[in-house]
Amino acid sequence: MIPDHVVVVGAGQAGGRAIEALRGQGFAGAITLVGAEKHLPYERPSLSKEMLLDLGQERIVWVRPAAWYDEHKVERRLGVAVTAIDRAARTVALADGSSLSYGALILATGTTPRQLPILHHSHPRVLTIRTIEDSQALRPCLVDGAHLVIIGAGFIGLEVAAAARAHGCAVTVLEAAPRAMARGVPERISELYAKLHRERGVDLRFHAGVIAIEGERPIVHLRSGERLQADAVVVGIGVIPNDELASAAGLAVDNGILVDAQGRSNDPAIYAAGDVAHHHNPLLGHSLRLESWQNAQNQAIAVAKTILGQDHVYAEVPWFWSDQYGINMQITGLTDPQATVVERGDLDGYAGVLFELVDGRVVCAVGLNAARDLRVAKQIIGTKLPVDSAALGNPAVKLTDIYKSLKSAS
Amino acid sequence: MSESSNLVALCDAADVEEDTPVQAMASGAVYAVFVKDGAYYVTQDLCTHGPGNLSEGFIEDNEVECPFHQGRFNFITGAPTAAPCTDALRIWTAHVVDGKVCIDPEESRT
Repeated sequence: MIPDHVVVVGAGQAGGRAIEALRGQGFAGAITLVGAEKHLPYERPSLSKEMLLDLGQERIVWVRPAAWYDEHKVERRLGVAVTAIDRAARTVALADGSSLSYGALILATGTTPRQLPILHHSHPRVLTIRTIEDSQALRPCLVDGAHLVIIGAGFIGLEVAAAARAHGCAVTVLEAAPRAMARGVPERISELYAKLHRERGVDLRFHAGVIAIEGERPIVHLRSGERLQADAVVVGIGVIPNDELASAAGLAVDNGILVDAQGRSNDPAIYAAGDVAHHHNPLLGHSLRLESWQNAQNQAIAVAKTILGQDHVYAEVPWFWSDQYGINMQITGLTDPQATVVERGDLDGYAGVLFELVDGRVVCAVGLNAARDLRVAKQIIGTKLPVDSAALGNPAVKLTDIYKSLKSAS
Repeated sequence: MSESSNLVALCDAADVEEDTPVQAMASGAVYAVFVKDGAYYVTQDLCTHGPGNLSEGFIEDNEVECPFHQGRFNFITGAPTAAPCTDALRIWTAHVVDGKVCIDPEESRT
């Protein structure tokens, strides 16, 4: 049965896209959007890229302009967190003491940046990047000659490093692991990006341990005994799913809210979407939690359609991107350390594609300034068919032709 | 062709392939040129959502997918067909003259 009132908790991209899809599919019932942040839904990728590169203007990428929510009769309760879910009564309690009843509830509560365990209280110059305010707080620190210490050589840390170098900051990146972006990209790409950052003047260190940060102008103490005087510290060491609300309500939770391929939790009236959703992906054949723009949009759309009775299965090949020093990196699929690697084009010149194959099938591809090829690679991964690796590595053979031959064979 | 005096050439028709659209510049504007079943179509190159070039996009049937955020448009009508794109592309009628794909930049179509 289609509910008369959908409550969306979390005004990020997933929440915004779920609402857009509900209205786009003709849902005429009531919609209430509750957000702990004071803002309407916005896209977060630019917070660590354009927002830090172009200090002359501040361009927020809104999912929809404010007028859209009025036109589409979306009630907004922004700047107020949900504190509890009463599943029996089908109500949520808000931090301002009010409550809302729901027919269907979408939990799109996102994630919170992981804090440094050694930092016992917040420090005005030790920043994370997740919200508009986080990015705004960092912008004034990006001045010529300032020293920025970045903890974590993941996507966020390296994007911040690239922006800071563009403004003439001295940049030190401290990573505990032996390589950069280890969770998201193959070793070869990590090496290329370590080289890139070092060539651009970043002091990039692996196996680095931070044992303390102290002082108003923060001094970073390393396990090696070294001390780094910083003007600001940025911590980019991953995020934690905001699943406490679901957990407290007795929903199944394991590194995020457990949902099926349609986004349904173990309560038939409650769904989860976006970064917080630990969802089953039938194409990949397993469950996973994704922190990506694509997932925040499309998994949320699947949830909206399912609520409207369309039983929409979300089964896409994952896709991510990162922009550093004007080089666009796109990743599709999930990197596998056991994979065989095939290269196409000029990766050393940051223009080509790296494929990872397992049992002759492409499981992951990383493209550097190669958006069109990467998009075809995503199709090839989706076929799950064995591929001629010699053809993959030969730029004279068009990837679209490889894909077409797979498609006609299937 | 009576209006041919207003036409500007964008590219060689032979350079456009079904799975590989072409980026063309004329009078400071940037266009994407598509071909489907022998017919040519011209849209603005810049996605209406963000800084993606549709001439670099992925083609499936009558749709182009932006390489930046994977939103989609019907390149024949300009209509958006997949999130996050919501605003239509500007389109122009493609004329093939002496092997060149041409448009009238002033042509008013939605």
